[in-house]
Amino acid sequence: MMPSKSKYRAARWAAAALLAAFSGLAQALEWNLQPPATPIAADVQGLHEYVMILVIVIFVGVFSVMFWSVYAHRKSKGHQAAQFHENTMVEMLWTVIPLIILIFIAWPATRTVIAQKDTSNADITVKATGMQWKWGYDYVKGEGEGIRLVSELSTPNEQIEGHATKDAHYLLEVDHPLVVPVGKKVRILTTAVDVVHSWWVPAFAVKQDAIPGFIRDTWFKATETGTFRGQCAELCGKNHGFMPIVVKVVPQQEYTAWVEQQKKRQASADAAVQTAEANASK
Amino acid sequence: MSAVIDSHGHAHGHAGHHGPYSGIMRWITTTNHKDIGTMYLWFSFTMFLVGGAMAMVIRAELFEPGLQIVDPDFFNQMTTMHGLIMVFGAIMPAFVGFANWLIPMQIGAPDMAFARLNNWSFWLLPFAGSLLIISFFVPGGAPGVGWTMYAPLTVQMGMGMDLTIFAVHLLGMSSIMGSINIVTTILNMRAPGMTLMRMPLFCWTWLITGYLLIAAMPVLAGAVTMTLTDRHFGTTFFNAAGGGDPVLYQHIFWFFGHPEVYIIALPAFGVISQVIPAFSRKPLFGYASMVYATSAIAILSFMVWAHHMYTVGMPVTAQLFFMYATTLIAVPTGVKVFNWVATMWKGSLSFETPMLFAIGFLFLFTMGGFSGLVLSLAAVDIQLQDTYYVVAHFHYVMVAGALFSAFAGIYFWLPKWTGRMYNETLGKWHFWLSMIFFNMIFFVQHFLGLAGMPRRIPDYPLMFETWNKISSIGAFGFGLTQILFLYIVVKCITSGEKAPQKPWDGADSLEWTHLPTPAPYHSFETPPVLK
Repeated sequence: MMPSKSKYRAARWAAAALLAAFSGLAQALEWNLQPPATPIAADVQGLHEYVMILVIVIFVGVFSVMFWSVYAHRKSKGHQAAQFHENTMVEMLWTVIPLIILIFIAWPATRTVIAQKDTSNADITVKATGMQWKWGYDYVKGEGEGIRLVSELSTPNEQIEGHATKDAHYLLEVDHPLVVPVGKKVRILTTAVDVVHSWWVPAFAVKQDAIPGFIRDTWFKATETGTFRGQCAELCGKNHGFMPIVVKVVPQQEYTAWVEQQKKRQASADAAVQTAEANASK
Repeated sequence: MSAVIDSHGHAHGHAGHHGPYSGIMRWITTTNHKDIGTMYLWFSFTMFLVGGAMAMVIRAELFEPGLQIVDPDFFNQMTTMHGLIMVFGAIMPAFVGFANWLIPMQIGAPDMAFARLNNWSFWLLPFAGSLLIISFFVPGGAPGVGWTMYAPLTVQMGMGMDLTIFAVHLLGMSSIMGSINIVTTILNMRAPGMTLMRMPLFCWTWLITGYLLIAAMPVLAGAVTMTLTDRHFGTTFFNAAGGGDPVLYQHIFWFFGHPEVYIIALPAFGVISQVIPAFSRKPLFGYASMVYATSAIAILSFMVWAHHMYTVGMPVTAQLFFMYATTLIAVPTGVKVFNWVATMWKGSLSFETPMLFAIGFLFLFTMGGFSGLVLSLAAVDIQLQDTYYVVAHFHYVMVAGALFSAFAGIYFWLPKWTGRMYNETLGKWHFWLSMIFFNMIFFVQHFLGLAGMPRRIPDYPLMFETWNKISSIGAFGFGLTQILFLYIVVKCITSGEKAPQKPWDGADSLEWTHLPTPAPYHSFETPPVLK
């Protein structure tokens, strides 16, 4: 059954159009993990790619067989049904071979899981406290120890309600971001004051639930400077979608300067509180 | 097996008239498995439309960045109830409806083992469903906690949470009683000669699902009851201040939650295992392996629950254990997929609507399985947990999987149930439109998850806009297509062409070979003789 020439032409046009649309789309749209900013994130991206390739190969293989069958074994084509209904050798093969493939997947995954869990020997430790609906950051160890910040969504309500144009970092901007130095191992302790939240920065491949009454931890070492944005990743009530995480990774000198500035600001803020309290008790 | 005693002149007040009551009393008092199956199916379809309407609200709000239609609190109520209604009100009762209609006929039994219990198992459901709907109208509205109902967020909710907990208890009771019925029926009421390894695979999948339900539903009841007492009776199961732990809730919930997804999937596998051989005119390939694979999946399903909790902060050994156990499930699941393809291979295939949905199932469920494999890898799951990637995954396996399988089953068995054929052209339209729109909704959601969009948010950063628009358009198309399905079913029942005695020449289970079309109100009052 030869398809007519016009059928071929239509198919070619469709294929070309789809390809053009797809490549254009791929550039314009987000369709993969965010560019990695830590070695762990790069590992995770690589692992995902590796598994995707394996999975696509198997999928195409199996469904080529099925679609071939759909074409060649049709009753309308006159195909008569065979009556076989078992084959021990084949069945053993397609049990054992997938098992082996799984081992080839689980092995690299294991290495990354172990690395993700190793929070030892951190240069800086920051406690991230989830609250309804914002994050509190306490620098508890390392350079910057003693700094405390509260980090809340800074997108104006007018933008959310549609009365103003949304800016580029709509819903991903905060008043006081977390600031860390590049190239240093940062350990993040997570906890919460009310319900379960989750601290997530996709570019770091870090996500750790923040559980009220408990402390968990995770870590990252950013290998490039920049501003990295994430969102709360555990339903925590009505403004779950409105408590983002912003991390500014800066060169070491800039970090040291920022620490100085924060300490001065905090000292004067504490002094002001002391004065106010003294006045109130007069 | 004793001969059925005629109920002529019994103390029912309809002397000399053998058959069902008429009107509403028939449906309220029936103990007939066919009537009860029909009620389950209509209830499930109604809940499907209600849950679907909620999905439309969700996708309408998510069409564009910004809050346009609902406020964030109501949005959370929508996502929660959409999940609870679809899982407990639509998809589970649909397959119980299939079980009721088909199991007795397929094993040569006159009815279920506990016919009156069967009636109550069904009638609990409309009450439970009403409680869920009523929760919207009490102060505070429906709970906005996600269908997973994590503590301690649930402790903050208003009265709607308590109504939901009560509804979950009723739903669980219904499932437990139904499973006891199904397991007892299959183990004790098979016709002579119908050995376990001879019965249709659909019955096997329900036998195994019955055990899963009996084991898992009480655990859910425990989790929501502990939530209830934390809310009202001063317990602190999930509160650290009292010595408790929110993560305890997650362990208990997911110990139920993971078997739950196989409770949904296994009967779907059973339906597909009836449809594909029928339209391939060839026996199911590897029947014994299919039984063993299904059992392996069921047993493994109890050992993997914490893969829903990879970000909770468990020790590395636990992460690895659950990762390995979860990836293992791919092996028996793969065996099943290969066996279905091998059933088609060198068959004599025809592509009526049931077969189209079965092939669609095979293709799309496998895709869902692969995204599940990606999620099972704890290292990668850190990026994907609580994102749209997970939403995409479970809709592939539950909608393109279980729902498409239910559609396949309905088109397949409508002639046996009603004696009438559905309109084949319209059926094909339903299939193709569902296929196209389903993928439009959910394929792009994989990209959203990878790109970093969390789930359960009513508004999102600008970079997620395009995929969300496409997904929402798909949702409206898919929703409208299901109205077409309603039309097809009603048209079939009221004015469909009379079905031949054997509408599907490749179908070979007892209901097709030994019973007329439509099946009589009472069938196999004497057991069939099996060669």
